[in-house]
Amino acid sequence: MLRLERRSSTNPGLQVVISILTVIMALVVVGILLFFFGVNPFQAYKEMFLWPFGNIYGFSDTLSKSVPITLAALGLIFPFQMRVWNIGAEGQFLMGAFGASLAALYLFPNLENRFLMILLVSVFGVIFGSFWAAIPGLMKAYLRADEIVSTIMLNYVALLWIDYLVYGPWKDPQGYNFPMTKFFPDAAWLPNFGQTQVHTGVLALPVAAFFVYYLTRVSPWGLKIKVIGDNEKTAWYTGINVNRELFVAMLLSGALAGLGGALHMMGAQHRLQHGFSAGYGYTAIIVAWLGKLNPWAVLIVGVLFTGLLVGNEQLQIFFGIPISLIFLFQGVVLLGLLAGEIIGRYRLVIVRKGVNADA
Amino acid sequence: MLDGIVSVATAAVRSGTPLLYATLGELLTERSGVLNIGLEGIMLMGAITGFAVVYATGNLLLAVIMALLMGALFGALHAFFSVTLRVNQVVTGLAIAMLGKGLSGFWGKSYIGVVASRFEKLPIPLLKDIPILGPVFFNHDVLVYASYFLVIFLWFFIYKTSPGLTLRAVGETPEAADAKGINVFAHRYFYTIVGGALTAMGGAYLSLAYASMWIENMTAERGWIAVALVVLSTWDPLKAILFSYLFGGIDALQFYLQVSGTTVSAHILKMMPYLATVIAVVFTSRERIRKLINAPTALGIPFSREEEVT
Repeated sequence: MLRLERRSSTNPGLQVVISILTVIMALVVVGILLFFFGVNPFQAYKEMFLWPFGNIYGFSDTLSKSVPITLAALGLIFPFQMRVWNIGAEGQFLMGAFGASLAALYLFPNLENRFLMILLVSVFGVIFGSFWAAIPGLMKAYLRADEIVSTIMLNYVALLWIDYLVYGPWKDPQGYNFPMTKFFPDAAWLPNFGQTQVHTGVLALPVAAFFVYYLTRVSPWGLKIKVIGDNEKTAWYTGINVNRELFVAMLLSGALAGLGGALHMMGAQHRLQHGFSAGYGYTAIIVAWLGKLNPWAVLIVGVLFTGLLVGNEQLQIFFGIPISLIFLFQGVVLLGLLAGEIIGRYRLVIVRKGVNADA
Repeated sequence: MLDGIVSVATAAVRSGTPLLYATLGELLTERSGVLNIGLEGIMLMGAITGFAVVYATGNLLLAVIMALLMGALFGALHAFFSVTLRVNQVVTGLAIAMLGKGLSGFWGKSYIGVVASRFEKLPIPLLKDIPILGPVFFNHDVLVYASYFLVIFLWFFIYKTSPGLTLRAVGETPEAADAKGINVFAHRYFYTIVGGALTAMGGAYLSLAYASMWIENMTAERGWIAVALVVLSTWDPLKAILFSYLFGGIDALQFYLQVSGTTVSAHILKMMPYLATVIAVVFTSRERIRKLINAPTALGIPFSREEEVT
């Protein structure tokens, strides 16, 4: 039987090495599959890395797509630190995109002032994103309802809600019957940097990372949620209102995911459309985990990991490899990471029958 | 009108069956204190494994066995991470879901658009002639009938047998079970593996009976609904069958309503099971009720003799 034994000391350098090794291991596993698919893995990987990081179009795509993923991942730091499992970043992101579309297309379609428009659309994204997190947040905080189930369910409700709109009342009459709304008004398009395809929504990333860093690592509130994460009972004894902080953490999480939805709409998508999210909110969970819930690490990992996804998409176009490769890759990374976390803290030992491991 | 109800109810049983298998599997796993939210991935792996085997060999029984084994393999993977490594079960489950989705899509690429043999309808003589109940319950394929027996067996096993009592003890008070000399680790491994196998069976039902083909992501989020159904049915196999058919019925009803030209949007109708689950989760979450229904209170908490680890 296999048992775990705690290492006497943990090595922070080892953790970084493990994270890197994990991604390499995932690349090897996927490489073997690629080989069986009849694709030269080295050639495929060359394409996969050169496109998102070595090509101006690919890099623009990476940066743009990293906005919703990284913002949602940054938001997840709050609940995850309290060991509240918000799986609902996807739904919160979708509702943020919905709020943004509501503002840009229906509430203020004639607003000319670009600055005011972008501000309002962002605010609506934040409001709807946090509203969608508030539901499971309230349920968890005051009714002890399992947040895993409720957030997953609400993801699908949000997805169906978007589909209802783009297939029904919000469908663009001039859209050749495609399930999408009409384009946002000009004022609700985020400007790009110079002649590049990178939209200015990217600027929100370092700001948000600092915001999360400040709240979790500097402010007294950060200490509170750390105590709650370490031991909920202790938190109650020291007078922390666990329920309230839990609710606030969920709200903040949803707010950032919702902001990501709004920026993605204004910067990249410019219209609400069926299936516009490639599971960004789920990827965000992996990014948050890869970044060890450290906002600066999450910021970097968010961009790098988005690059891998964009590279994967490129593989699909180039070699006809199924898009499902992305999920496979993410799954392997996540499992490797979980195992690596343990390797960093424990040693795996083989316990023979008859030997009492607890002695 | 009655014809309509009967045909919706029949369809409810049919589309509820994959949900039922997955729900029963996860119910067992959770009863032992392990949470596996990766059902969607395991169902997909069951579906593609079953289909690939039947396509290659034409042997349906072998297809079912291989699908069960694939599910057991994924269950073992989950058990290794959550029982031996004691890492976060939610994140592990998510990884399993992604892995299964990716691997099945990759593997299934070459099976798109082909058909293979399937479990045909096998009406049960005499029973099928009972008015209403006959066509609804006894005019299906053999996998549906097998699920009836499975429900009864699991109910009896969990509530009326000594191993069932042990299973519940492991999920509710692992420390006490351990003190009594029960091997908590081995039990959790076993039920997570069996749970995985049954979940894969739910997926295999889709590719071997419900439709005799492979479609990428053909489970269509049923794995996630099953996670919720376990909570809804309060870890009781008898309620699991009820809720599985109810949710299967919503699927069927929506199709029926579309055909009969309703004005209600299909998307809004599809929301109903998800919303119902959210509401139900609230009701089943009260501490008092949880005690009353014998919820596995150690669910998702890794067991360790030395220390608490998450």
